[in-house]
Amino acid sequence: MFESLGGRLEDALSKIRSKARLSEADVEIALREIRTALLEADVNLLVVRSIVDRIREAAVGAMASRSLTPGQQVVKAVNDELTKVLGGESFRITYASRPPTIILMAGLQGSGKTTTSAKLARYFKSQGRSPLLVGADLQRPAAVEQLRTLASQIQVPMFSEWTSPIAVAKAGVAEARRIGRDVVIVDTAGRLTIDAELMEEITATSKEISPNYTFLVIDAMMGQDSVTTAKAFNEALEVDAIVLSKLDGDARGGAALSVKEVVGKPIAFASDGEKLDNFGPFYPDRMASRILGMGDVLTLIEQAERTMDEDVAERGAKKLMEGKFDLDDFLEQLRQVKKMGSLKGMLSMLPGVPKELRDVEVDEGELGKIEAMISSMTKKERLDPAMIDSSRRARIAKGSGTTPANVSALLKQFKEMQKMMRSMGIGPSSATKRKAKAKPPKKGRKNRR
Amino acid sequence: MSIAVVVVVAVLILGGVGVFLLRPKKGSSLKLGVSSETDVVVGSSEKVVTTEAEGSFDVTQHRRGLEGSLPKSRSLLGAALARMRSKRALGEELWIELEEALILSDVGVDVSVQLIESVKDKVFQEGITSTDAAIQLLRAEMTLKLARTDRELKIDATPPVVILFVGVNGVGKTTSIGKLAAQLSSQGKKVVVAAGDTFRAAATEQLEMWAQRSEVDVVKGSPGADPASVVFDAISHAAAVGADCVLADTAGRLQNRQNLMDELRKIRRVAEKASGTVSEVLLVLDATTGQNGLVQAEGFGEAAQVTGIVLTKLDGTAKGGVAFAVEDRLKIPIKFVGLGEGVDDLAPFDPVAFVNEITGDVS
Repeated sequence: MFESLGGRLEDALSKIRSKARLSEADVEIALREIRTALLEADVNLLVVRSIVDRIREAAVGAMASRSLTPGQQVVKAVNDELTKVLGGESFRITYASRPPTIILMAGLQGSGKTTTSAKLARYFKSQGRSPLLVGADLQRPAAVEQLRTLASQIQVPMFSEWTSPIAVAKAGVAEARRIGRDVVIVDTAGRLTIDAELMEEITATSKEISPNYTFLVIDAMMGQDSVTTAKAFNEALEVDAIVLSKLDGDARGGAALSVKEVVGKPIAFASDGEKLDNFGPFYPDRMASRILGMGDVLTLIEQAERTMDEDVAERGAKKLMEGKFDLDDFLEQLRQVKKMGSLKGMLSMLPGVPKELRDVEVDEGELGKIEAMISSMTKKERLDPAMIDSSRRARIAKGSGTTPANVSALLKQFKEMQKMMRSMGIGPSSATKRKAKAKPPKKGRKNRR
Repeated sequence: MSIAVVVVVAVLILGGVGVFLLRPKKGSSLKLGVSSETDVVVGSSEKVVTTEAEGSFDVTQHRRGLEGSLPKSRSLLGAALARMRSKRALGEELWIELEEALILSDVGVDVSVQLIESVKDKVFQEGITSTDAAIQLLRAEMTLKLARTDRELKIDATPPVVILFVGVNGVGKTTSIGKLAAQLSSQGKKVVVAAGDTFRAAATEQLEMWAQRSEVDVVKGSPGADPASVVFDAISHAAAVGADCVLADTAGRLQNRQNLMDELRKIRRVAEKASGTVSEVLLVLDATTGQNGLVQAEGFGEAAQVTGIVLTKLDGTAKGGVAFAVEDRLKIPIKFVGLGEGVDDLAPFDPVAFVNEITGDVS
């Protein structure tokens, strides 16, 4: 239904990009489309207005200057503006000189405070700290039990008692001092910003324990209300940073951009999965690329580094360059790629992947089939697939539990893939040089489909 | 064998190899983890049936009724309208402000533009000159789009009737089930609740506390148990004790997680088989959700054949306009709204009240 924000902006800008002369009407049309693209990504209307105004100024400047490529200048202005809004330094935590470092968690109902608290505790633990989780959400049924279960999963102590939220928070901090924990994370009940009573309660809790950091948890899928919410919490609590939850969904994350612009607080951490280790510091520049549809290559590199075998990858690259990539190499690389995680997730991080491909439903079970088929081939067959005739095909199908039609489909596609690689002109070149252009393959593929 | 897979793999191999070569040579530390160890213990689905416990969870601890939540008139539109009233003419400014008010309620750009265009046309045709009349026309237009007659909960099929609750994480599925169970139970229905969220820690306990308040049976599995089997057992139990309906909870899941959506398909299939009638699949939608709500409705609609929407957290500052877009585009009726944390704060959807909330309370 939606394409990425980057894609929409691209559309909006493509019309003026190459124009030698820009009319006011051209610019207004482009700005209108930029506005729509941002709004559909859930960027708050007020933020959109100010972004569009600043882009308009730059565009007017471009029209006035006798530049040869005014269109290009507008494109650059858009990129600069968005990167500026999203960008900035990543957040760094400074631990209290006299432990414990106290962290207060706040947010709306269902934003993910309890899970985030546990993930944060796990993160601190992995940094060599000794956190204590405090369950001060006495409101939602079983919230304390949830935190207790999560705490035991990550083997972090947890404290709570059936008194009042303020008393629990205070006692929790005292408990941390007593048992020598150096970070205290206080989980609180979800509350609506218009609930004066509960907002006063969290203000009072904050006064009582004077936290070193107050984190506001914001759901990445949030709409226009993100700004109202963040402002209200910031007024009641002086929020230090935002923690973005549910970033693994397919929302475009305009809420993150809006909150950052309006409240001016950095996004410190982001949660990108259901597992307790799907959590880490937030990198604004990476998010900017992701929102703009430029992919998240850095994260992909990190994943690759963690899971891929360097020798195997280099061997594959070498074969590719030499144009000698056979089914054996394909199988080897396939296994590598599989280790990195879900195909769909990785696709979304690669820049320049066309929408059609991004939306393809990938049945990961098919990978097993492909593996089985190649494994059922003889060494000779893998090197020279052309020799596979109908009887060999039947044997392979039988051996891999597939059908001869499956085998021929695989062979046909492999052949086309080879052809494509050749046409992409993967020739001998330095394999270690910066090669951001390793991506154009996708363009070729798009045409093929 | 789909062509897609080989293509995708090829892209990834190329991308993967490319990326691998691009990586910084120094062993830079990595922060955002994505894969590896699962903490969930998959246990055997040992079921326990708790029968009418007489616990007393404090219901009144915090609740606000309808009357407490609705009058919040400091809407942007209200102010805009007041300003416009003072002007006489119906100018372009009015339309922009109306459109922006709709957008600020998360109705979405496309639907907002369509609405305003059609109101504009009518204003022109009917020669309307007053802003008040124009606004009334907008309201009428919106209410008309919400004119459906299928908002009633379908629970009249042969018992046990199954109602499945689905949605992304943190929207309020468990809470909505708790409220609906209490309401049906107080109407004299015998209700069984299936604790199908075996993933989130303490989800079952949360459901049990709600169930205790209204004395309904909870059928549960052990943490990590197959949710479909829990739902199956709940239906069997309901049939055995002659219950009228089964409310089945499911774990929150994001619609772009293919495996989890498959799990949902299975749950629906199994429930269908066990009961013969899954009369409702309710998608719980958080009113604070932005345009992703449409993607959610599409994803869940496709996987679980959603029959209705429960729009939760409408008692806050969010207007839940995306639900309007969902009903308009995908023709899924909004059936209930969540207005607070008390048992009675789940109310039938009222299109007129909803439209008035979005367009401000100026008459």
